[in-house]
Amino acid sequence: MLKTFRIGGVHPPENKLSAGKRIEVIGLPKQVAIPLSQNLGAPSVACVAKGDEVKVGTLIAKAGGFVSSNIHSSVAGKVAKIDEILDASGYRRPAVFIDVNEEEVWEESIDRSETLIKDCPLSSEEIIKKVAEAGIVGLGGATFPTQVKLSPPPGSKAEMLLINAVECEPYLTSDHELMMEKTEEILVGISILMKAIKVDKAIIGIENNKPDAIKLMTDRCRQYTGISVQPLKVQYPQGGEKQLIDAVMGRQVPSGALPIAVGAVVQNVGTAYAVYEAVQKNKPLIERVVTVTGKSVVKPSNYLARLGTPISMLIDAAGGLPADTGKVISGGPMMGKALTSIEVPVTKGCSGVLIMPTLEAQRQKMQNCIRCAKCVNVCPMGLEPYLLMSVGEREIWDRSEKERVMDCIECGCCSFTCPSNRPLLDYIRISKSKVGAIIRSRK
Amino acid sequence: MNLILIAVLLLGAVGAIGAVILFLVAQKFKVYEDPRIGQVEEVLPAANCGGCGFPGCKGFAEACVKADSLEGLLCPVGGADVMGKVATILGREAVAAAPMIAVVRCNGTCENRPRLNNYDGATSCAVASALYGGETGCSFGCHGLGDCVKVCPFDAIHINPETQLPEVDEDKCTACGACVKACPKLIIELRKKGPKSRRVYVSCVNKDKGAIAKKACNVSCIGCSKCMKACPFEAITISNNLAYIDYNKCKLCRKCVDVCPTHAIQELNFPPKKKEEPVVETKEN
Repeated sequence: MLKTFRIGGVHPPENKLSAGKRIEVIGLPKQVAIPLSQNLGAPSVACVAKGDEVKVGTLIAKAGGFVSSNIHSSVAGKVAKIDEILDASGYRRPAVFIDVNEEEVWEESIDRSETLIKDCPLSSEEIIKKVAEAGIVGLGGATFPTQVKLSPPPGSKAEMLLINAVECEPYLTSDHELMMEKTEEILVGISILMKAIKVDKAIIGIENNKPDAIKLMTDRCRQYTGISVQPLKVQYPQGGEKQLIDAVMGRQVPSGALPIAVGAVVQNVGTAYAVYEAVQKNKPLIERVVTVTGKSVVKPSNYLARLGTPISMLIDAAGGLPADTGKVISGGPMMGKALTSIEVPVTKGCSGVLIMPTLEAQRQKMQNCIRCAKCVNVCPMGLEPYLLMSVGEREIWDRSEKERVMDCIECGCCSFTCPSNRPLLDYIRISKSKVGAIIRSRK
Repeated sequence: MNLILIAVLLLGAVGAIGAVILFLVAQKFKVYEDPRIGQVEEVLPAANCGGCGFPGCKGFAEACVKADSLEGLLCPVGGADVMGKVATILGREAVAAAPMIAVVRCNGTCENRPRLNNYDGATSCAVASALYGGETGCSFGCHGLGDCVKVCPFDAIHINPETQLPEVDEDKCTACGACVKACPKLIIELRKKGPKSRRVYVSCVNKDKGAIAKKACNVSCIGCSKCMKACPFEAITISNNLAYIDYNKCKLCRKCVDVCPTHAIQELNFPPKKKEEPVVETKEN
């Protein structure tokens, strides 16, 4: 019996169409637009002005607070303007526009060779400093600044590092492919992360639908002390931090607490690779692997794209927008967000571009709640989504708070499973933002 | 017979003792309530809409009785009539307040504001605006999903199926402000009703730069400041590429309406002008 988390979860059709497709590098666009809010927390503050020449890897925006991250130029060129652009949030937000030069000049400090550097002589503090400088955020999609996660609050002690290679979202394969191609780099990255949080044990959680990755990682990790692989039963949302901790360690994170409360630090496998590049090669986070996929897409595959590249370029590389396109989603089908324009730039949190046909994309007509409690059964946090929706609709925020709406991880299992097609998560999300604001105002 | 007598006497005794206890307790814990509160509450419309800013009509009645003067206290539903009655009960002077009305500051009809995408999520403006900017290029404008309609206790606001925009029924609107609070886009504003219900206002809340706003919607305010210069009463201010007409300063001369290049400024309930054909104004009526 394979391990998985205890309560709830669903198993949507996996549809990993782009599995096993090697990572292709996307060419440079004529202009990139790098949004200034690419991480959870405070947006970054631009530190370049119109007309400035930048190289690949030049710092263009500094962290705008404790929970924030640096942003570096992903291309060499000239800053055209700092203006607003429609991003994946669906709103216009500030971004740095850079006209790309034909000749690509990299920052001198960046080591662009392919050679693997295994040894890392740096201390924990130095590693965390480098990670912060490189602007690394959680690449699973939550985009929480990594340096914050690596510095546990005083009084708490990490016991174990968990590497999230679950990729439980249907369709997405970017982490899978990265593991297949950059195995050693990822393992070195994990060793560096272990050193940073001062633990001697790391477990890589991989779902059982990636047997090649499990085999490869298990073989290679023997050369590294303290790292092991844990195959997991395929179950969505196992990639959720709290679900992964439950599945691998058998511990449940208390309501409202951080994973560190049970001694765990969770990092995405893509983040481990970014940490390797930042610490060993001095390369900031300027590109990421993006899965472009969908049932009607000609060539679903995994692409390495520079941050700020318009998503339309990725879609063109995958064979163009199919005629029956209904929705273009940034991220996976469960937690992703429908885009309003395909000129939206690739950001740090963009793990995939999913193109759904009209028939599949349409929401079905909402009907009355029949109290079947399917949403309660599948909620991985043990909440009652039907109740949260109904109190949310009626704006009874104190009741929402009592029913622990803030514990919701927005995985979408409830909306996915509802036979009456009720927009449960939409209302829960509203309640979360309202209740969150109320809680903050109390302080 | 004897049994019935005993039962009657016993129960009568229990009742008498209870009555004495209740009387004593009621005397001991008596809470004095100003009788005027009840009287004031009687004349209030009992709509409990909260438009006055107090929790229901009783709350408002208490506030009226407690306050030294009636200034700043207004029942928007009852208006001057009810406030006059309240003033008589309390023996104070009624403070005249100009009647207000809810105004929807968006004219992004289907023709004026081309749809760029289709929203098929939950029918709630709050949900939609938490997800994204909206179906059109304008991320400030009306979603048209009717949160304002749902909250209106007087059935005074409805979505026009042709324009997909809410329209206020002037006869029913009491300016309670429920729609103002419900609108996540902050489009609806309470403005002075004006003489003969005549009003001039900027029917746009787009804060984008002119070029972007104009591209998104034909009748957007582009912040060109022509109206500000044309206004003889300094009633118009421009901030964040958006003009705003102060209804306390506006004298309804309509010079701004004439100069506005995008017809973002609306005039309501004016008689038609002699030469020009008023194209925009008829829509809202």
